[in-house]
Amino acid sequence: MTFLNHLISGISLGSVYAIIALGYTMVYGIAKMLNFAHGDVIMVGAYICFFAVASYGLNPIIGILLAMLVCTVLGMLIERLAYKPLRQAPSLAVLITAIGMSYFLQNSAQLLWSANNKMFPSFLNFGGTTGISLFDGQLTIAWTTLVTIAACVIIMIGLTLFTGKTKMGKAMRAVSEDKGAAQLMGINVNTTISVTFAIGSALAAIAGVLLCSSYPILVPTTGSMPGIKAFTAAVFGGIGSIPGALLGGVLLGVIEIFAKAYISTQLSDAIVFAVLIIVLLFKPTGLLGKQIREKV
Amino acid sequence: MKKLRLNKTSRTNFLTYGMVVVLFVVLQIMSGGGMLSSTMKGQLVPICAYVVMALSLNLTVGVLGELSLGHAGFMSVGAFAGAVTAAALQNAIPSGGLRLAVAMIIGALFAAVAGVLIGIPVLRLRGDYLAIVTLAFGEIIKSIINNLYIGMDAGGLHASLINNTIVLEEGGRMILSGPMGIPGITKISTFTAGFILIMLSLVIIFNLVNSRAGRAIMALRDNRIAAESVGINVTQYKMMAFVTSAALAGAAGTLFAMGQNTIIASKFDFNQSILILVFVVLGGQGRMWGSIIAAAALTILPELLRGFADYRMLVYAIVLILVMLATNNPTLSGFFSRLFGRFRKPQKGDAAR
Amino acid sequence: MKKFTKLACLLLALAMMLGCLTACGSKESASSATAYKLGGVGPLTGGAAIYGNAAKNGAEIAVEEINALGGDVQFELSYQDDAHDAEKSVNAYNTLKDWGMQLFLGSVTSTPGVATSAEANADNMFYLTPSASSTDVLGGVANPLTGTVDIARKSNVFQLCFMDPNQGSASAQYIADQNLGSKIAIIYKNDDVYSTGVYNSFISKANELGLNIVSTTTFTTDSQTDFSVQISDAQSNDADLVFLPMYYDAAALILTQANAVGYKPTFFGIDGMDGILGVEGFDTSLAEGVILLTPFNADSEDEATKNFVAKYQEKFGEVPNQFAADGYDCVYAIYEALKASDANPSMSASELCDILVATFTGGSFSFNGLTGDGMTWDDTGAVSKSPKGMVIQNGVYVGLD
Repeated sequence: MTFLNHLISGISLGSVYAIIALGYTMVYGIAKMLNFAHGDVIMVGAYICFFAVASYGLNPIIGILLAMLVCTVLGMLIERLAYKPLRQAPSLAVLITAIGMSYFLQNSAQLLWSANNKMFPSFLNFGGTTGISLFDGQLTIAWTTLVTIAACVIIMIGLTLFTGKTKMGKAMRAVSEDKGAAQLMGINVNTTISVTFAIGSALAAIAGVLLCSSYPILVPTTGSMPGIKAFTAAVFGGIGSIPGALLGGVLLGVIEIFAKAYISTQLSDAIVFAVLIIVLLFKPTGLLGKQIREKV
Repeated sequence: MKKLRLNKTSRTNFLTYGMVVVLFVVLQIMSGGGMLSSTMKGQLVPICAYVVMALSLNLTVGVLGELSLGHAGFMSVGAFAGAVTAAALQNAIPSGGLRLAVAMIIGALFAAVAGVLIGIPVLRLRGDYLAIVTLAFGEIIKSIINNLYIGMDAGGLHASLINNTIVLEEGGRMILSGPMGIPGITKISTFTAGFILIMLSLVIIFNLVNSRAGRAIMALRDNRIAAESVGINVTQYKMMAFVTSAALAGAAGTLFAMGQNTIIASKFDFNQSILILVFVVLGGQGRMWGSIIAAAALTILPELLRGFADYRMLVYAIVLILVMLATNNPTLSGFFSRLFGRFRKPQKGDAAR
Repeated sequence: MKKFTKLACLLLALAMMLGCLTACGSKESASSATAYKLGGVGPLTGGAAIYGNAAKNGAEIAVEEINALGGDVQFELSYQDDAHDAEKSVNAYNTLKDWGMQLFLGSVTSTPGVATSAEANADNMFYLTPSASSTDVLGGVANPLTGTVDIARKSNVFQLCFMDPNQGSASAQYIADQNLGSKIAIIYKNDDVYSTGVYNSFISKANELGLNIVSTTTFTTDSQTDFSVQISDAQSNDADLVFLPMYYDAAALILTQANAVGYKPTFFGIDGMDGILGVEGFDTSLAEGVILLTPFNADSEDEATKNFVAKYQEKFGEVPNQFAADGYDCVYAIYEALKASDANPSMSASELCDILVATFTGGSFSFNGLTGDGMTWDDTGAVSKSPKGMVIQNGVYVGLD
């Protein structure tokens, strides 16, 4: 039973990583850039929802929609102002700009909303309970966990369908393959990348709300560590692969909890990353990553 | 002019040495004449350490062409190995300079060993997968040092992992106490020592880059498959660049640590690695003088922005973004090209750049 | 060609910086001799910003009050950011020195405190920290685990807060005396100086007192989200008391997550737990029954505290925590000590330091503040005040005896 409890905690933690990783991998897959500011967009989303719900007493659903709206606009704005001018620049230059943007968001948040901790309201209560209790209460699954997992799966399916079936999705795949060729085919590359950021940022808002529902302390640095972990998860699963992000996220969470539970809480951080290195040794492009054939 | 015509690379290299020497002399004179503020004086040693970090990372990122997100891990290994060595030798070697040199060598050695260990898995991978393994390595180092305890008494050094189980004789003392790090460092790093380390790093890097091995490494960066097909041993040359880079980072770590009052493992985290990467990218990949200036400038910048009070780090972020946008802006670089073009004869290859 | 552009930009930037630095450096002689220049260093940005800002705000209120009195002792206050980093804290300290600082409120957090106290010791700058509670800040304290003295005493450095080992051993003593728990679990933060410092002394005192410790687990900054393993370990070992030597942000998560799995032991915190009730949106019923040793109580009825809390709320719009009170007390402690001596603002930092060290360790100086009555100091630099045991009932602190 303890094992099952740990497994559930692991999946719960992992699903939070996964939902952040989905946004990461989406932007990476199409725009081919590591958007290190993603974690901080998550934080902004969580703050917006917090204020909407806790300060203005709005319905949580409206809070989430508002957060998505703000994040979408923010994401497109960031892309337009900071990343678009660097479209022709080396990829590392964009990486550094993204890091600058991450500092910018964190510090703006601190100035706007102060460094004080905020306790994120728990609105995922159904029938007055915080979760499902099984086996006479020996096993509890929190609603947030179920909602997060459901959201992950829905988003994963949605994204896969979107990129596979819709016109815009196909344009995205074309841009990710070859920007130049896509442009020649009449695809507006700028619009496509802009839409990618819009979707990625809207996902970030959802991720922010779910992250803070599970781990309700909200500060301006809330997004940074989960952001790095999610990036790790995205690479673990094979960066650019949408199902890979889900798998990578969940596995990372489970490994983290198991390392703490069965080996050592002191060394758990080291163990998680050691497992990651070992897996990458055997699967050099991540679990579900595409094997890229190199041309001479 | 024509008699002493050096090729372009050597000229850049000599200009780089010259720039470091001139900056060193100027700062030494200013420091001697009391013209430097305490803030600036206090930053001289860290700046030197960051310059060497940037140079060594530039070897990995610029010359070898691999993205590393865990360079602070090597700095950490060097910092702790060096600082423990220096503390252990406090009585054996009374001369600060000599002790620092020994500590740096030990720090560099430990970092080189770490470089070999991590190089084995890392160099099989490519691109972002390699980056994430270096990130993981940095985190592992941080976690291990956070759980490492080292004490010293008449019987020598004692170490334990996870829990402090060390029993020391009378007169012994703890050097490294896990999360508390090394709390009482006797500062022995000097600006001169930093200058020597920078010059030494430049000599090592330039000699490596301009050697047969260096050309092989750059060939690997530019086209791995083509390089491999002409018989270049990929693993050997990659390893060579990676381990040299790690060793230099280790020496820089020791220099840094011995200029601080205290160091803790969490100082050398992901953000620190990123900071060093920013130096390299801002200064230009493969361009050593660029790394030197960028490392110095970005280390001083946050201190200069103190006048902005609460808005300091916000301004820092904006400056960082604007500089990245400006240096990659075609209009702006066209403007500067025209401006400087007047003072300089056009050269072949300008159009290509 | 691009290369030259970059070179031009970068060199220009560097030249401007160097120019500015030298210019900044030459300003220091222009200090007015009517007010003491009081400096402080703390994390005003980054993950620990909440503590630095609280201490700064508290100190600001104290300076305003003192200056409004218009007496002989007037202050000019400057707080500098260190982002909770030892290297940056030394830069911040040097900036303050360039500004002409005469008296130093030290660092707010421990690791930077170790660095700045060494600098201040070398410069003979008087140092009274509000909240850097590690033993390494003071030096000269025996390591609770090995019994060795790892760093020499820094004779001009004083703490206003409890030293970590005192908190740890006081907590163990308190638990033993009051018989609060038969099986004890500990969760501490394994990459934090404060948390580990308290844990080390707690465990050595607990072993001495024969307390039964059934579970010891840790977390780090990187894994400060999910505590299910730590909670389940404590729960499965039937711990009836969980000792939480940590700041309240992590503690709030532990309380929430323990509640979610229906685990309700007695939680026992230390002064870092103070502030948990002030977290915006925190369900205070989760903290019901939590016991903590803290020197400050924002709900206290005494006049000084009420006055301070009212001013703080008016100025900063939130309830002050212990860090704010510590910052406030630090300024007042220095104020009282200056009044009791023959110091004047035109003295150098080193002269003031000698006078204040003599006053603080003279034996006759005692200070009443928000965080304790009759505080005294001796040569060790540690403050002598007794921690107050508090229990949270119906969302407010109630004093324990």
